[in-house]
Amino acid sequence: MKLTGSQIIAEILLEHDVHQVFGYPGGAALNVYDALYEYKDQIRHVVTAHEQGAAHAADGYSRATGKTGVVFATSGPGATNLVTGLATAFMDSVPMVAITSNVPDALIGRDAFQEICITGVTMPITKHNYFVNKIEDLPMALHNAFRIAKSGRKGPVLVDVTKDVTAQTLDYKPGKYEMPDDEQPVVDIDTVKKIADMINSAKRPVIYLGGGAGNSGAADQVNEFAAKAHIPVAHTLMAAGIIGYENPLNLGILGMHGTVASNKAMDRADLLIALGTRFSDRVALNPKKFARKATKIQVDIDRSEINKNVIVDYGINSDVKDFLLKIMPYIEESDRKEWMTEIDELKKIPGDKRCGGGELFPSEIVETVCDKTDKDTIYVTDVGQHQMWAAQYLKHKSTDKFLTSGGLGTMGYGYGAAIGAQIGCPDKRVVHFTGDGSFHMNLNEGCTAVSYDLPIITVIMNNKVLGMVYQWQTSFYGERYSCTDLDRKTDFAKVGKGFGVKTFTATSQKEFEAAFEQALKAKGPVWIDCHIDKEERVLPMIPPGGTTDDMIIG
Amino acid sequence: MAFQREVVSIFVDNQANVLSRVVSLYGRRGFNIDSLTVSATNNPEVSRITIVFHGDEQTLDQIISQTEKLEVVRDVFRLTPDESVFRELLLMKVVVGKESRSSLKEIVDIYRGKIIDLSKESLIIEMTGEPGKLDAFMEMMSCYDVVEVCRTGMTAIGRGLRK
Repeated sequence: MKLTGSQIIAEILLEHDVHQVFGYPGGAALNVYDALYEYKDQIRHVVTAHEQGAAHAADGYSRATGKTGVVFATSGPGATNLVTGLATAFMDSVPMVAITSNVPDALIGRDAFQEICITGVTMPITKHNYFVNKIEDLPMALHNAFRIAKSGRKGPVLVDVTKDVTAQTLDYKPGKYEMPDDEQPVVDIDTVKKIADMINSAKRPVIYLGGGAGNSGAADQVNEFAAKAHIPVAHTLMAAGIIGYENPLNLGILGMHGTVASNKAMDRADLLIALGTRFSDRVALNPKKFARKATKIQVDIDRSEINKNVIVDYGINSDVKDFLLKIMPYIEESDRKEWMTEIDELKKIPGDKRCGGGELFPSEIVETVCDKTDKDTIYVTDVGQHQMWAAQYLKHKSTDKFLTSGGLGTMGYGYGAAIGAQIGCPDKRVVHFTGDGSFHMNLNEGCTAVSYDLPIITVIMNNKVLGMVYQWQTSFYGERYSCTDLDRKTDFAKVGKGFGVKTFTATSQKEFEAAFEQALKAKGPVWIDCHIDKEERVLPMIPPGGTTDDMIIG
Repeated sequence: MAFQREVVSIFVDNQANVLSRVVSLYGRRGFNIDSLTVSATNNPEVSRITIVFHGDEQTLDQIISQTEKLEVVRDVFRLTPDESVFRELLLMKVVVGKESRSSLKEIVDIYRGKIIDLSKESLIIEMTGEPGKLDAFMEMMSCYDVVEVCRTGMTAIGRGLRK
């Protein structure tokens, strides 16, 4: 059957079970959008206010549903606007396929209107990318894009198609496309036994759990493993929820704003078992002194992560789930009484919750939201203080319910991601935590939330400063508040109304509770502007390069 | 720790942009490469890249494991000095009149180089060998009026049949 390049794109999306895409049309993408019109009963396209929002939406959709997120954009600025979204997905290993259109092949390399070499631009922030200027190459480029995005360590892939290719025709037979998965690394059983022996004889072991464990679908195995061997678990931001909040083995978040228990336990451990994590500088703040007494075991599906940031004693190139399934039979049950008594003592040291004045406190906002929402709720954050407060005070219960930009730390990630999550999970509640700084970046997506009737509740922790940087300036820069004490006059309630969003302003806990109750009943999007004190801080904190000895608790 | 010279051979798909993918990776990961060569092989679908750098075990491991993640890379392996042949080509232009020409030719002969171009006031020397030999030759020639040098960078191949 003769199909145009654009029709082939649509057919291949269907072959990969993609029925939901995000994007923004444009000149070079006209043919592609014409085909999307033709396929609109099978492929739903959500138009955002800005391509960045579309990229974050595809990312949020993927994180919430586990499927590959797909985003479309036109050439030039359309494509470059995807960059932050792709980089966000790349740093957090989120499977995404971006399909961009470029100018016709005859104009490539001539600085044509809206021409950009997006494959060059995105080379460092995609797992791979394709420039397609021959229609014969189109089907395989698209199939491979889906394969690469989902295989091994997941991530974004971009396919750039010239406009002429989107119009040309090719004999193409649509059907279910079967593509062999990439080979998985295999860990040998002798190594597994050796590691099991080390775990069985360890007195003070700690599991250092990262996002890779979630990506590997290993939540059940992690829980079983930790329970059987009775090993406390310190998790990264990306691994929030894999070990339930109420599990006594859960030490909480690790690293710069981690709990006292997590960081101290890591410092005292004799054995460290790192599962799907990269010893990032926000966790191994001082790579030479991180878990300094521990023998270190690192399990990662990406071989290049082993020994990248911290030199370990045993590097195991394996999928986390695979590894845990293999090692489980060799793990002896244990109660590790002494170690757990010590852990319980560590857990009693909290960080300060209230640092500023006023009548509304970030910890209480997060706790209220958590208490008033059900267990299936998806929480999405932007980046900054509110992100850390959400991470610290939410009672995380499962792995795909906390969407946050951990690696890249993208302010402005939240609203787009919340839109993607809500589109992907229409029956679940989505709450978006943001700060006034982050929200100013991409609140334009308010129009998208209204257009598609998305009942996302946005909780704005508004302290009128760029809080995280402000906090660093307070602690490390002698209170020299360079460009952070903005005191913007934005009235988010009015701005939201302009978009057609239902809005509330809260200056006290009581007002917030009332507003949130109302928000839960609303049909469309809601913004709650919460005025908090600018002196609120995220605690505990270990300064960059520091160790647990340098921890600031209050 | 003294960094030692490492030679790594990379088999890549012979297609557009492959070299820039590899080079871009080294640039952004901060890997310092001493030399990089790329050429066709007996298989038209495959090109071969040879890189030389100085680094410790961790750098070597990172370069290999990051490189093998690239979709266009088919194989990456280390070539050790004992089990490989390393070669480089040098072209050198020297200003020399007839009075010192024969003494210069003596040096070139000792190093088993060739004089491949000759004019009244200059000549061009061609030499292949281990990079160390070319270094030594250049040092030897420093008392002459060397006006241009071009070296290809190292290319390398393992001895015997690879397992």
